[in-house]
Amino acid sequence: MSDNQPVLSIKDLHVGIEGNEILHGINLDIAPGEIHAIMGRNGSGKTTAASTIMGHPDYEISSGKISLDGEDLLELEAWERARKGVFLSFQYPQAVPGLQVGHFLRKSVASIRGEDSAKGPVFREALKSAMEEVSIPRSFLSRYVNDGFSGGEKKRFEILQLMLLKPKLAILDETDSGLDIDGIRVVSRGINAAIRGSDSGALIITHYSRILEHVKPDYVHVLIEGKIVRSGGPELALELEERGYEWLESGNNEGE
Amino acid sequence: MRESEVMAMEEAREAVGDYDLGWHDPEHSTIRFDSGLSEEVVRKISAIKNEPEWMTEIRVKAYHHFVNRPMPGFGDREALEGIKFDEVCYYLRSSDATEKDWDDVPDDIRNTFDRLGIPEAEQKWLSGVTAQYESEAVYHSIREDLEAQGVIFLDMDSGLREYPDLVKEYFCSVIPYQDNKFSALNTAVWSGGSFIYVPKGIKVEMPVQAYFRINAKNMGQFERTLIIADEGSSIHYVEGCTAPTYSTDSLHSAVVELIALDGAHIRYSTIQNWSANVYNLVTKRGIAHKDASIEWIDGNIGSKLTMKYPSVILKGEGSHAEVISIAYAGKGQHQDAGAKVHHLASNTTSKILSKSISKDGGRGSYRGMVTVSPKAENCKLNVVCDALILDDESQTDTYPTMEVANASARCEHEASVSKVSDDQVFYLMSRGHSEEEALAMIVNGFFEPFTRELPMEYAVELNKLMALEMEGSIG
Repeated sequence: MSDNQPVLSIKDLHVGIEGNEILHGINLDIAPGEIHAIMGRNGSGKTTAASTIMGHPDYEISSGKISLDGEDLLELEAWERARKGVFLSFQYPQAVPGLQVGHFLRKSVASIRGEDSAKGPVFREALKSAMEEVSIPRSFLSRYVNDGFSGGEKKRFEILQLMLLKPKLAILDETDSGLDIDGIRVVSRGINAAIRGSDSGALIITHYSRILEHVKPDYVHVLIEGKIVRSGGPELALELEERGYEWLESGNNEGE
Repeated sequence: MRESEVMAMEEAREAVGDYDLGWHDPEHSTIRFDSGLSEEVVRKISAIKNEPEWMTEIRVKAYHHFVNRPMPGFGDREALEGIKFDEVCYYLRSSDATEKDWDDVPDDIRNTFDRLGIPEAEQKWLSGVTAQYESEAVYHSIREDLEAQGVIFLDMDSGLREYPDLVKEYFCSVIPYQDNKFSALNTAVWSGGSFIYVPKGIKVEMPVQAYFRINAKNMGQFERTLIIADEGSSIHYVEGCTAPTYSTDSLHSAVVELIALDGAHIRYSTIQNWSANVYNLVTKRGIAHKDASIEWIDGNIGSKLTMKYPSVILKGEGSHAEVISIAYAGKGQHQDAGAKVHHLASNTTSKILSKSISKDGGRGSYRGMVTVSPKAENCKLNVVCDALILDDESQTDTYPTMEVANASARCEHEASVSKVSDDQVFYLMSRGHSEEEALAMIVNGFFEPFTRELPMEYAVELNKLMALEMEGSIG
């Protein structure tokens, strides 16, 4: 892998669901250590992009490429992508009644990072410090995955998984939605701990700039109706905060 | 569960290696009857065992009742008609003596138990082992402290020899041979099983375990278990089965009778994993006297047809019944399982939790009955049955019956049917788990309220079994 090889590279990606195209040719490169943000309104295709990178089987890719460290992802199933180093923090994490958090975390670490990382003291130490970072009490371990969790607990649990799984690429889909200021601060602390100072890349998907005050992106992209209409630095997020999305909508494609 | 327990559970999961299912050792038998049943065969079984006259007579009466009794009018009648009683071998003894010393157990039999991990498990968990190999117990050990407490733990044949009066008093007292066709059959030809007596006030702290297996072609297993917990005593009995796969049908028809005298507590836990050709037609019933409690923890995996409804008769005031069961029906399998509780006395309580999974065209049926007699005041009943269906070909149905003849009873009943959602599977897959592994996690989670009631190594074994069941299942 050369130094300038992107962690994630998306080329002219067209994606649809049930015959309707939602993403109309997305291009995106994320270099090691970079944090990118995709901002857009509901329905702009943000979650489609996140799910497609992760490998959700419902999305049909009509053309384009997605690669991780130069390796084509499109032929791989979601679990294989996860093992290659793709992680998705879900907007709506699913409950699995009866599956204990402690067991689930250990199994997930074992499958993604190998059995050695999931063994006794090594795992326990990593677990303990990650849980402290995102303010999750130890009693959490015996609860069932996302079962009866509050909105904030679900998001913190997603970030706990991010920290333990140490992916090459972290996609954070609306991680800030439903969180109060303290919640955003806590999950941001976790994201920074997982990404900053590493070779990992991150893609933060959001429609508010709030989380970006705590996790400073290197690049911001604006997604409107399935197209990236503008890319810029962190100042673009502030501009959107002030001006909204309207000024970038149809008829004004200067960002394309 | 506390955090330390969670971590201990994790370590146990790490420590337990994989094991194969469906294996079986060469048959190792000294006496084997030709297949088929007659009064002569019944008398011969009794004669070989040197049984007292009364046992011979009850066997013969039961045989005639079996012959004249029609098949049950419920359950899977079509499958029941497929049982070929003439092809079943009704008696087979695999070694001449009941062994107490592990070193004396024949090698191939020891190999079998080595693979089940018995010696190691014994150190940690067992307070005694009786392992039924084919028809008779070949290995039987009781830890000295149990013996010192006066607890009797024998295979049923030895129990009859050594404690004939006790056996005579309670045998068929909870489940008369006339109860149903299969309890009659069992009474006629029973062999093996466990006999346990716990003296007054004695609390057996660790689970007492027995392993049963079917290991000979066409081998019917008719074990008979009788547990008597005297006043104020308690015991947890555990049995588990893993059966090899066979090409011809096999019949398993056990009878288990529990007697909990005043203030006694009996918990009876089972995991059965029969191969897909086994008919598993078992009658289990306990009677709870004043302030006693009986719990059935019952796991049914595999078999061609299982019909099993662990029952409790709440005879004494203040007694309690609990039946927690799971059933897993895969391809070509029908699990007709459930529970029965009869509230005969006041202030009695019962709880039934039944969970079933059907997959690949399997069928899971819940059949339950709870009754409250007119003179039983202030009873509490709680019934929950949940079904999880893994695909469109599979089926679930429930037949709940509540007959409440006393208005003071408080009854709760909940039922649910659910399917695995694609989003759940995708979520787990995004954490590095294949679709099969994801399904296993969901399925094991669904069974968790049952699994957590089991001793740890059984819980681990069950999770492994379900993971194996999910393999090769993705189209």
